[in-house]
Amino acid sequence: MAVTDQQRLSYIASQAADARLAVELQTEEMTLNLGPQHPATHGTLRIVAKLDGEQVVKADVICGYMHRGYEKLTEVRTYPQINTLINRIDWLSSFANEVPFILAAEDLMEIEAPPRAQWIRTLLFELSRIANITLFIGEMGVQLGAITPVFFAFRDREYVLNLIEEATGGRFHPNFDRIGGLKDDLPKGWIAETKQAMDRIRGYCDELENLLMGNEIFEARTRGVGVIPADVGLSYGLSGANIRASGVDWDLRRDAPSPLAWKELDWKVWTHPDGDSFARYWVRLQETREATKMVDQLLDGLPSGPIQAKVPRIIKVPAGEAWAHTENPLGEMGYYVVSQGGLGPFRVKIRSASFHNISIVPWLLKGVYVPDIITILSSLYFILGDIDR
Amino acid sequence: MSSADPAGGGTGSTTATEDRQQALLEDLTTRLGDAVVGSHIRSSDLWVRVRPDAWLRAARECKAMGFEYFCYLSGIDWLPHTWPNPKVIEGVLPDADDEAALPVDENAVEEVEVEEPAAGGGIVTGYAGGDTRFQVLARLYSTIRHIGVTLKADLDDVTPSIDSWTSEFPGADWCERETWEMYGFDFAGHPNLIKLYLPGEFEGFPMRKDFPLLAREVKPWPGLVDVEQFPASYKSDD
Repeated sequence: MAVTDQQRLSYIASQAADARLAVELQTEEMTLNLGPQHPATHGTLRIVAKLDGEQVVKADVICGYMHRGYEKLTEVRTYPQINTLINRIDWLSSFANEVPFILAAEDLMEIEAPPRAQWIRTLLFELSRIANITLFIGEMGVQLGAITPVFFAFRDREYVLNLIEEATGGRFHPNFDRIGGLKDDLPKGWIAETKQAMDRIRGYCDELENLLMGNEIFEARTRGVGVIPADVGLSYGLSGANIRASGVDWDLRRDAPSPLAWKELDWKVWTHPDGDSFARYWVRLQETREATKMVDQLLDGLPSGPIQAKVPRIIKVPAGEAWAHTENPLGEMGYYVVSQGGLGPFRVKIRSASFHNISIVPWLLKGVYVPDIITILSSLYFILGDIDR
Repeated sequence: MSSADPAGGGTGSTTATEDRQQALLEDLTTRLGDAVVGSHIRSSDLWVRVRPDAWLRAARECKAMGFEYFCYLSGIDWLPHTWPNPKVIEGVLPDADDEAALPVDENAVEEVEVEEPAAGGGIVTGYAGGDTRFQVLARLYSTIRHIGVTLKADLDDVTPSIDSWTSEFPGADWCERETWEMYGFDFAGHPNLIKLYLPGEFEGFPMRKDFPLLAREVKPWPGLVDVEQFPASYKSDD
């Protein structure tokens, strides 16, 4: 019997239906592109996530949209000129970027800034930390759907930025640290203003603690999300509050020899055993509070004296290699400076915290659900300039 | 924990740190044997140069010794660089050119005196010495002992290649990708050696000293002299 056209057509139709059914039952991998422009990326970071349903199977981080080649540029600049460049690495706490580089240069030149300069450095360093982390504390809320905290953050960060501007002349890029000391002394009336501002910041911390920490939605979205075990975090080079939130009691301000004044203050290193997004938020909030206490102590104990050691007018750094690192708001920041004697360095390796903090993201995002990507990214807290340099 | 750290501050602590670094160096030397070819201790850091074939073993041994924190990994090109250009600074700065090519001071290099490789003359390497133009360097740190070590290894001038650390420290992944694209070092055993920062079609290795920074060739700003003349009426404060 010959096969009629109708039979053939129905056969094809049934084959097609089977095929469609098979397609529908098999979950197809979907690629989700996040960024480069996305509010959670603080700049231009791109994340390409392969999804199986709601779960991330594989996540790739693509960076470099803002790579400015600072390591190459440092090779064609003199030491004071580099100071201007490195202000732009972590732009929310620019002064903190300058300090380790200046310390490395001072180490090679074997000069040390006078005590008053070291105390003012510490003071501005901690103010930068407050300016940086207050923004995080507010912004983490906005990433999770709470709009109010970010307004509070911008409102109260302004007081700190005003203080930095009054003392240095620059709100974001102070360029105030010099080899052997500081550009200038503190202005009149600044100390009283700073004390007031610190009260305000402590009030802000309390406010945010009431707003977010007890909030059911916030806890549900952060507790147990993005857990980093301590050993994994360390092998990925995580530092700062991110690793302290995994229970590693390590803070370079306390644990590394430094000419800055941290050793003379009474303060505490906060850690949290959980290692999740909530722990990272909690540790940063405590650190902000701790920083305000440190600023108060620094203001009370500020020694008198000169703010600049004797340095030659034209700065030439003798040959050698130096490594200087400090506990910046985002984590460990260090400069490996190689000098062959001259006006500029031979090679500068910039070890920035966010680069290493973000390198764990492909590992961390494996298996999480889509909304948690945002939670994890914002809880790791990075600045794009600090990744791309 | 409070800030009261008995080891902090003062000149006494520096020597204590150096003693600890000396002990660490001896420990490393016993573990790695003749793979350690150079070392240096200065103020707050310890440099150890290992044989390139022992690079991965050094990482493994360091990890076993408690250096669990991966700080960074990068490269260095020791080819002399031409900036600050003596011609630019001549006449502007007093006695600038006599120190322009200042060699590393005598106590800096302990073990190996530098010999000139085929790629180019005048190479002066840094602490812990070096025989070749390229070096890979990495730093590990112990968050419990609060001490760090900077490891170095020589690489071949023509085909720089070395073992990847990604099996020991996953954080080395991105660092090796960056070093690969910036210096052209090959990391054997790296699972995913693709460009990190640079666009895919980029050619050349920008961090090598012979890669010209074209912006500075065209206009030597920001240099040591002002390229544009001040108006005749301008009076400097100096």
